[in-house]
Amino acid sequence: MFSNFVNQFWPATVDGLSLGAIYALVALGYTMVYGVLRLINFAHSEIFMIGTVAALFTVTKIGVSAPLAGFSLLGMLVLLAVVSAVVSGGAAVVLEYVAYRPLRRRGASRLAALISAIGASLFLQQLFALTVIPRLFDRPQEGGRLPVQSPNWVERSDAISIGDFVVRNDKLLIVIAAVLMMLGLDQFVRRTKLGRGIRATAQDPETAVLMGVNIDRIVTATFAIGGAMAGVAAALYLMRFESTNYFVGFLLGIKAFTAAVLGGIGNLRGALVGGFLLGLIELYGSVLFGSEWRDVVAFSVLVLVLMFRPSGILGESLQRARA
Amino acid sequence: MRRAFPRGLVAAAAASALVLSACGNSDDNGGGGDSGGSQPASVKLGFMGDLTGENSGIVIPPKNGAQMAIDEYNATNPATKIELKTYDSQGVPEQATALAQQALNTDKIVGLIGPAFSGESQQVGPILEEGEIPSISASATNATLAEKGWKYWHRILPGDRIQGTGIGEFISRAFTAKKVFVIHDNQDYSKGIADFVTAALKDKGVTVETDVIDPKASDYSSTVNKVKPANADAIFYGGYYAQAGPLLKQLREAGVKTRFLSGDGSLDAGLAKGAGGTNADGAVVGCPCLVDPTGVSNEASKKFSEAYKAKYKTAPAIYSAEGYDAASAFIAAIKAGKTTPKDINTFLSTLDQPGVTKQIKFGPNGEPAGGDVFVYLFKGPNYTLLGNSKDAKVG
Amino acid sequence: MSSKVGNPVGRAVDRTRDLWAEAPRWARWVVYLVLIVGAVLLPSRAIGSIMTPDSDWPTVLFYPIGVYILLAIGLNVVVGQAGLLDLGYVAFFAVGGYMMAVLGTRWGWSFWEILVLGTMAAALSGVLLGAPTLRLRGDYLAIVTLGFGEIVRKVAENTDYIGGPRGIAGIPHPPNLSRFEIFGVRPLRYGVLDPRPYYYLLLVLIVLVIVFAKRLENSRVGRSWAAIREDEDAAELMGVPTFRFKLAAFAIGASIGGATGVVWAGKVISIIPNNFPFILSATILAAVVLGGSGNIPGVMFGAFLIAWLPERFRGLQDYRVLSFGAVLVLMMILRPEGILPSRRRRAELAEGGGGSGHLGAEGAAPAASPDPGTAVATR
Repeated sequence: MFSNFVNQFWPATVDGLSLGAIYALVALGYTMVYGVLRLINFAHSEIFMIGTVAALFTVTKIGVSAPLAGFSLLGMLVLLAVVSAVVSGGAAVVLEYVAYRPLRRRGASRLAALISAIGASLFLQQLFALTVIPRLFDRPQEGGRLPVQSPNWVERSDAISIGDFVVRNDKLLIVIAAVLMMLGLDQFVRRTKLGRGIRATAQDPETAVLMGVNIDRIVTATFAIGGAMAGVAAALYLMRFESTNYFVGFLLGIKAFTAAVLGGIGNLRGALVGGFLLGLIELYGSVLFGSEWRDVVAFSVLVLVLMFRPSGILGESLQRARA
Repeated sequence: MRRAFPRGLVAAAAASALVLSACGNSDDNGGGGDSGGSQPASVKLGFMGDLTGENSGIVIPPKNGAQMAIDEYNATNPATKIELKTYDSQGVPEQATALAQQALNTDKIVGLIGPAFSGESQQVGPILEEGEIPSISASATNATLAEKGWKYWHRILPGDRIQGTGIGEFISRAFTAKKVFVIHDNQDYSKGIADFVTAALKDKGVTVETDVIDPKASDYSSTVNKVKPANADAIFYGGYYAQAGPLLKQLREAGVKTRFLSGDGSLDAGLAKGAGGTNADGAVVGCPCLVDPTGVSNEASKKFSEAYKAKYKTAPAIYSAEGYDAASAFIAAIKAGKTTPKDINTFLSTLDQPGVTKQIKFGPNGEPAGGDVFVYLFKGPNYTLLGNSKDAKVG
Repeated sequence: MSSKVGNPVGRAVDRTRDLWAEAPRWARWVVYLVLIVGAVLLPSRAIGSIMTPDSDWPTVLFYPIGVYILLAIGLNVVVGQAGLLDLGYVAFFAVGGYMMAVLGTRWGWSFWEILVLGTMAAALSGVLLGAPTLRLRGDYLAIVTLGFGEIVRKVAENTDYIGGPRGIAGIPHPPNLSRFEIFGVRPLRYGVLDPRPYYYLLLVLIVLVIVFAKRLENSRVGRSWAAIREDEDAAELMGVPTFRFKLAAFAIGASIGGATGVVWAGKVISIIPNNFPFILSATILAAVVLGGSGNIPGVMFGAFLIAWLPERFRGLQDYRVLSFGAVLVLMMILRPEGILPSRRRRAELAEGGGGSGHLGAEGAAPAASPDPGTAVATR
């Protein structure tokens, strides 16, 4: 068991980090919405799914004759990231407008909002399985549930290779992109006026309103940014797997939410730490106990961490802790 | 509403009558004709399986096959026509049981083609057994189904034990493998087939390593990382093509060039699509089913394929010929004037006639008499028949 | 703030409930009796041909309808009464189901013994999950319970002793109590063909659980739960041992889920780990909230709707789940407190913050104010 661990340490670390980077970007959406609304936005996983479909559609439409490498790969990735960030961000804003805003207006409980989120999640999944995917990719209806593949557009090669330590280009790109996005977002929330508004609302909505913050604008912005991050994650995901399906967000969403809680929900840096950590735990756990125990290990670690640090590793810092 | 009510009452009366008579004389002739012993004008057969769910891709072909057999028969203007009623269980056992009750109590079918999957068969089997309705499945291959002592249950293709053993022996013979990496997705069907392959390989003295993927996840890197240093002579994957394709892609992209094999769940062009590029070239998939559009194995198969293509504008896929054969078995019984479920069941036990895929003949436990496993080779976007697993060679 | 709902349906419901609240004792008993007789007559095929024309009504009445109702009552104890968000309730259903399967097939125990033991085992698993995690606040608890549900399913998948992914087949039925027959039904003979005896068994269990839950609600325990739900810190300060009561809620909810699992497994012959997916937890939670969290008739009605609608509209095939999702969103928008909300809960919600609390930013944008930008905070 431990000899396996030594043998597979580097591959597991690299794969854990690149998986964790995607978790982290998706986790941002959960954490931001939670910070501002105290809502587990269950449909966020579907926002991610929509992003992967948008990216796949774009790369299929553009058409790639041979796998891309170097700057053309980077250019394509940026293009896809922008497209799916816009689509996902837009979808998130529409989602908020349709499924959550009316509830906020009526002063509904958070439980009602959670159910609305689950309903929206089911609706979006089925909508894509039944109509969107069959239409976009010209498949018969029963094919909407099967995975869709993009043309092979990524030339995979080793970007770093030092003895045992080998990192493939796509995995490296994912990690770098995630960290860059995270730094950018962190600065945005710290320095801009909108960012201040988000932080103020997260801390104390009532006072924020008294100070002249427009709550609806802040909520819209929060969903748009969270959605855009999921869109970037979707483009990175597509680069790595070149395939998607209507169900792709489900497990990834649960994991990303777990990552957000692990790092301290409501905390942007927590999402990054939680994401990378969860990715590593999953990969190390698979090496040690077998891949079938991957999720069990991940959730067990979550329970253990919460027992000793009830508000996650970094705590809830976007706002003061409250019930 | 006004129409529904009295019909419901009749149904209720009929249902309680059925319960009253319990396990006994079901000379109730099912088709709704007169009970004087003469031939009813029509009888109902059922087809049950996942017609709209996730795995409908491997259930619609056998349904089409069965429908084709029945349409051909009805076109001959027989004394007793057959109506095929479909029950969409979506592969969910709970739904299947409710539908089976419906088929039994309200629709009064005389026989059932299906259920398509093993999970639903586990739960529907006892209901059909007690209701004395014969069934023939065209795709449920779980080994334990034949061990229940059910008298009314049959299947047209051999179970996972035969398939798994066939593939296992094929791997050790055709590739002279010393070490094989077996992967499965830890689901009902997949673990079954993977275990039989493993057992057959170990019998031949082959070393086996194992790992598991999560069918709901898309990142299989932990498994890939294990396969890579193992340096196996072949990889066997137990599961469906929706996961087999991406798994193969990730293996190839990680530089694993080992021969990839799988079982009937992966026998679909979707495997090549999911693997992307030319990654699936050279993959070998075993199946107890026969998909033989060019008639390599027999002439009937070619004729069937042509008729199927003419009717459905698409080539026959996995289990279509098995669905056709299952329906043919029922048709033979009804042609012989057996129109009650009990008579049909007795007839099935003595049936022995040539079908498209094999000689249609059932053993006392409901298993088909013949048990051939065929292997298929992927090349480009599709697969071709290599031959019987016992003697097929991979070029 | 008036708690009356604007739409006519809501008003009619309110009026009925006023009437009920003032009804004399004997009138209530008459209604109870009528309801039970109605439930006994429910599996008739005549009703079935209207309720589920495409499927077998008595079978549907057992699963999903009956099973969902019982699970919803159980989850309501945790979510509706104690205000704890549980996203992994299916785990307890699984514990009950596997107890029945393992003890029934391997150890030859009889159904009735397992019913008792399975209920206890589920309660114990509730305590095991609750003890380390119940100190966590709302949403942390939600993700931990979700994780617990997945852990239970995965462990079942990975454990060969209980069949791994292939599960357990050949689960025995409950022993026949009597061959006694009435109107063509043998309500105490548990065979394969007739689902009605199982439905009656479930019905008895549902009645018992309702009586139990109702009595709890009106006891010291129920009042403590209400206090915890409304303001945990205040309750703690007033001397309510909140941890102990929360643990009790978990154990009681779990035992109801476990009992349901035993009865269910006693009918279905075979179970596999995939019978217990996360989406089932979410569905039951949706039933509770849709019906009216905290109110037993409400959650029963919610569970009935959620179980029945997809079966009724089988003709829509694929679009069932799609419309189910849309209906959930729509219902929450139109009636966020549920179809038949608990009056106590509604009062809490009107005051603000009750139960599991508001959406964060909502505090600054109360329902009455069309423009949250100029709203004056109400708290």
